[in-house]
Amino acid sequence: MTIDTIPTQITPATPDLSGMQLVYQAPEALADTQTHYCPGCTHGIIHRLIAEVIDELGVRERTIGVAPVGCAVFAYEYFNFDGTEAAHGRAPAMATGIKRVAPDKIVFTYQGDGDIASIGGNEILAACVRGEKITVIFVNNAVYGMTGGQMAPTTPPGMVTTSSPLGRDVELQGYPIHLTEMLAMMPGVAYAARRSMHSVAEIKRAKKSIRKAFEAQLQGLGLGIVEILSACPINWRLDPSNALDFIRHTMLPVYPLGEFKVHEALQKR
Amino acid sequence: MAKELWKGNEALAEAAIRAGAEAYFGYPITPQTELLEYMSRRMPELGRVFLQAESEIGAINMVYGAACAGVRVLSSSSSPGISLMQEGLSYIAASEVPAVLVNIMRGGPGLGNIQPSQGDYFQMVKSSGHGDYHAIVLAPSTLQEAVDLMQITFELAFKYRHIVTLIGDGTLGQMMEPVEMPPFKEWPEERPAWALTGAKDRPPNRISSLYLGAERLEALNLRLQRKLDEIRQNEVRYETMMTDDAEYLIVAFGTVGRIAQSAVRKARAAGLKVGLFRPITLCPYPEQQLEALSRQVKGILVTEMNAGQMLEDVRRISRERVPVQFVGRMGGMIPLPDDMLPALHKLIETVEHPQSSPAAVLA
Repeated sequence: MTIDTIPTQITPATPDLSGMQLVYQAPEALADTQTHYCPGCTHGIIHRLIAEVIDELGVRERTIGVAPVGCAVFAYEYFNFDGTEAAHGRAPAMATGIKRVAPDKIVFTYQGDGDIASIGGNEILAACVRGEKITVIFVNNAVYGMTGGQMAPTTPPGMVTTSSPLGRDVELQGYPIHLTEMLAMMPGVAYAARRSMHSVAEIKRAKKSIRKAFEAQLQGLGLGIVEILSACPINWRLDPSNALDFIRHTMLPVYPLGEFKVHEALQKR
Repeated sequence: MAKELWKGNEALAEAAIRAGAEAYFGYPITPQTELLEYMSRRMPELGRVFLQAESEIGAINMVYGAACAGVRVLSSSSSPGISLMQEGLSYIAASEVPAVLVNIMRGGPGLGNIQPSQGDYFQMVKSSGHGDYHAIVLAPSTLQEAVDLMQITFELAFKYRHIVTLIGDGTLGQMMEPVEMPPFKEWPEERPAWALTGAKDRPPNRISSLYLGAERLEALNLRLQRKLDEIRQNEVRYETMMTDDAEYLIVAFGTVGRIAQSAVRKARAAGLKVGLFRPITLCPYPEQQLEALSRQVKGILVTEMNAGQMLEDVRRISRERVPVQFVGRMGGMIPLPDDMLPALHKLIETVEHPQSSPAAVLA
């Protein structure tokens, strides 16, 4: 068959939508594109929650996102608003630069656990000290995902990774960091919570927390941070369903969920 | 405007403000701290942004963010702080956003000291970070020249969407001199089309230094190299003194270039036909002009406040057609005419009586 013989007009059957009501659609703030995330990874859900919140708050046209180095390095491609990509761990400093020169913009960082809790520890700490009016989405999957599953500061004790082949030994490699609880103690932080992607109920709670973290910025209250426990089936060597169970049984005992800091202006709602 | 007595770091700060700086992010480090201190009171006074960062790493990444927003932003630091900024500088260069950076250099390596030095020639000129790029490097020799050069930094940065650095040794930051301040520069209010200003009535703008495909990253690199070629063609600056009939040439930059003027005058008074070549842009280096002079003279003496860094470029550009010798001081010591003149005599001796002279001269 030559090219010429391929039918050039293909008319798909148009469904009859009369009498139907649109109840669910992709958020405008989410780019209509494929992501590079692995099967069973929950980054995509977190992206969608952020996009839904941005739409609900009506701030898409003045939002600027800052992607990290790590699995979410291409996050700026997946949102339908302005975005950039920081050096490893430096997103809070970059977001500070943007917010300080453009205070009318809604600025958020999207960072993994290695990015924010290890190499970028000082940048997030300083942003909280200053009470920067930015929002931080902190995705904790307990490993360095992009480089192939090495031990992170968030890796639970005993967990086998490619750089802790005998399991994380706290005597040698220290204890998992509870960054969000630490930051919640700081006066510059207006909202701090930890949520998880392991169940529908938790996903709904995560969205509420993301919304509050953005509202903290909109109201000029201070920095809002949401840590989200996220599945990494490929690097955990688990199928997607067992990866959610890993969050339930191994991560939750180390990382309790909940709100650690809620500014009173956010409580009145 | 009449001349006023200014301290170097403060003059640089006021000059940057008059050039149009809208935001400053920095971290204290001697011998440039007065620049940050001046900014901390002057910028808020004018309704502009000042923020003391948690580190030089924080500062340069704040600059990166503000630059992405299309704002005229600068930082300043001194040698060890610049080392910390190298990561951010590389990202800024790759993202092609405009930024201005002042480096008031101090003695190194390591913590070194807070005395003047030109030990960062390699760090600033060869590459201030990983990857293939070179920032534009301006090296004034007086406060007036520093203030005047500061006026073109943002123009160059925005014209080429690139990093513009202005460097001086600690002397330049600490000394006081009469300076005539320029008037405030006028800038258009609108931001560049590429800037992150919110995707209102347009598709999203995305600024990144990530190019996973080898072809795409090579294309970026080729674009950066073409930009560098354009900069080399358009932005070369230099100064010569008594080179028309010169038989011997002193090459020096920054404060040392100024000190070398005294050495040239003394040599001339002694009947020696000596001239001075002072590059004002270290990148792009005035290669054609130096090359032409290297065909005219019998010998070249390079003098720097380091172990001989620009020396390597002078040897390359002159192709060592004639003897190229060096005299320098390090660790905060400043090469003076008393260092330069004996070195000059040794150079002349090497040329006039090659058999009886040592091949190289060390200070």
